Amino acid sequence: MTADVIISSLFVFALAGFLGFTVISKVPKLLHTPLMALTNALSAIALVGSLLVLGYTQTTYAQVLGFIAVVASTINVVGGFLITDRMLRMFKPAERRKPAADGEAGS
Amino acid sequence: MNALTFASVTDVPTIVAGASGLRGHLIEAAYLVAAIGFGLSLFWMNSAKSARRGVLAGELAFAIAIIATLAHPGITGRGWVLIIIALAIGTVIGIPLGLKVPMTAMPERIALSHAFGALAVGCVGVAHYFLEYRHMGKFEIAVIGLEILLGGLVFTGSLMAAGKLHEMLPQRPMVFRGQNYVNFALIGVGVVITFYLMFNPSHTWLVPVLAVLAMLIGVALIVPIGGADMPTVIALLNSYAGLSAAALGLVLNNKLLIVAGALDGTAGLILAIIMCRAMNRSFRNVMFGAFGAVDEVTTADGEVQGQVRSASTDEAAEIMKMARSVVIVPGYGMAVAQAQHKVRELADILEAEGVDVRYAIHPVAGRMPGHMNVLLAEANVPYDQLIDMDDINSDFPQVDVVLVLGANDVVNPAARHSKGSPIYGMPILNVDQAQCIMVVKRSMRSGFAGIENELFFNPKTLMVFGDAKKVVGDLALDVSGERDAVGL
Repeated sequence: MTADVIISSLFVFALAGFLGFTVISKVPKLLHTPLMALTNALSAIALVGSLLVLGYTQTTYAQVLGFIAVVASTINVVGGFLITDRMLRMFKPAERRKPAADGEAGS
Repeated sequence: MNALTFASVTDVPTIVAGASGLRGHLIEAAYLVAAIGFGLSLFWMNSAKSARRGVLAGELAFAIAIIATLAHPGITGRGWVLIIIALAIGTVIGIPLGLKVPMTAMPERIALSHAFGALAVGCVGVAHYFLEYRHMGKFEIAVIGLEILLGGLVFTGSLMAAGKLHEMLPQRPMVFRGQNYVNFALIGVGVVITFYLMFNPSHTWLVPVLAVLAMLIGVALIVPIGGADMPTVIALLNSYAGLSAAALGLVLNNKLLIVAGALDGTAGLILAIIMCRAMNRSFRNVMFGAFGAVDEVTTADGEVQGQVRSASTDEAAEIMKMARSVVIVPGYGMAVAQAQHKVRELADILEAEGVDVRYAIHPVAGRMPGHMNVLLAEANVPYDQLIDMDDINSDFPQVDVVLVLGANDVVNPAARHSKGSPIYGMPILNVDQAQCIMVVKRSMRSGFAGIENELFFNPKTLMVFGDAKKVVGDLALDVSGERDAVGL
């Protein structure tokens, strides 16, 4: 890996870090749990690396490790997005709730 | 020859080089689009109204990235079969983890996902080392060493945290003399191994050793941590998981992974800082795992003395009915008692009587950042009634009744003035300024930090003893007058 590549990667890392700080400080405390679930799903993008390690099938243990990695990342992607959306659907603004909505309370 | 080395792989297309030519450019372009999508996804999390759009943006970006990755020409036929099987297994496990896990189990669920993420990153890092160590420079080896260390420690650390949160492991911190020295020594050995590999990359047997060592560090770091410190720890593990993903991105020269890792890392870091401030702990204190020790401090000074006034639920209900403004302060105890649905019922009845009801949320209430918000949202509490500590603290003098439900240390006025107290300096909810404070508690047992709460001895305080769920349920019946109607 050349110095150019390393420097440009570090550039990307630094700028993405700043972007993260700016954007994430604007997330209200209300949504901090969904935020954790979402960033977790997003960082499961390690799946792209896992897919290549597994897909190139270079050696046996690369396949074993790649397989574990693909399974683990897929769990996080699928589970992470589903659970984030499930949580966010529960956050409702104050409108006069219909009495019928009370039935859901016990579920 | 070392058993772990293998035949030359130089003639195989490498993961770092990736695809070349037009296809390679298109794949990179797709990653760029996905990175923008990730940024937008987090940007839209800035309000509850647009947050679901953020999830959609993240999902689309993810799909683009995966399709682009699968366009790499180097994937073999056997590779395709394995990929499809692995994706299928992951999906089958992921769906119930997304749809079935109850909201009350959310802290351990989040911790578990950090473990999975770190496992994936760690496995790819180790595999990549063996495949590529002949072509790697010192910088890459250093980064991959860091990545394996972080990945391994987040993996076992998160599993430990999940175990403690799920009460499979004791929640109490386990401490022993010299613990920090042991931890520092373990980390030091990890750093030394990484340095050694930088100059002797062919000693590949050290890589699994490094991975195992990292996993030991993860266990050692979480062992001394108690339940009340979990919000910070989970946020910190989140941050480490992000950093290790970014490190992997550096090694694989995958900019999308760098971006996602950096975003995840900063998110965890920001949350950890917020949690630290809310507990008045220094960041360094958390970074070195020295916390949890505070929990061992027993009542340091000033035995709180005085009369405790207790009340029955119908007495409390009478006062609540007269109130114009009621603020409910939920804590971990509410989550344990599963009282959130009853709380919402009580709030509905009070609102029908014309009482203004709000909820005061302390940042470290519960076991992870935002824990109380999610539980109350699930119980159909509208989110504009959930007020952050900073926004509601100045309102307390105008509040008629505060109902403290399973919260203790976050409402202890000792944090403001008692210098010897372990929680001194911690920002608290100023509930003692309200006209009347009702505290629902099982008994007079002290809170998690093991300190007496002088709020209980405040002349304005009424203690309502009992299980939070039962007490709140009874309060709801008494306020609505249904109990009188049935002649109870």
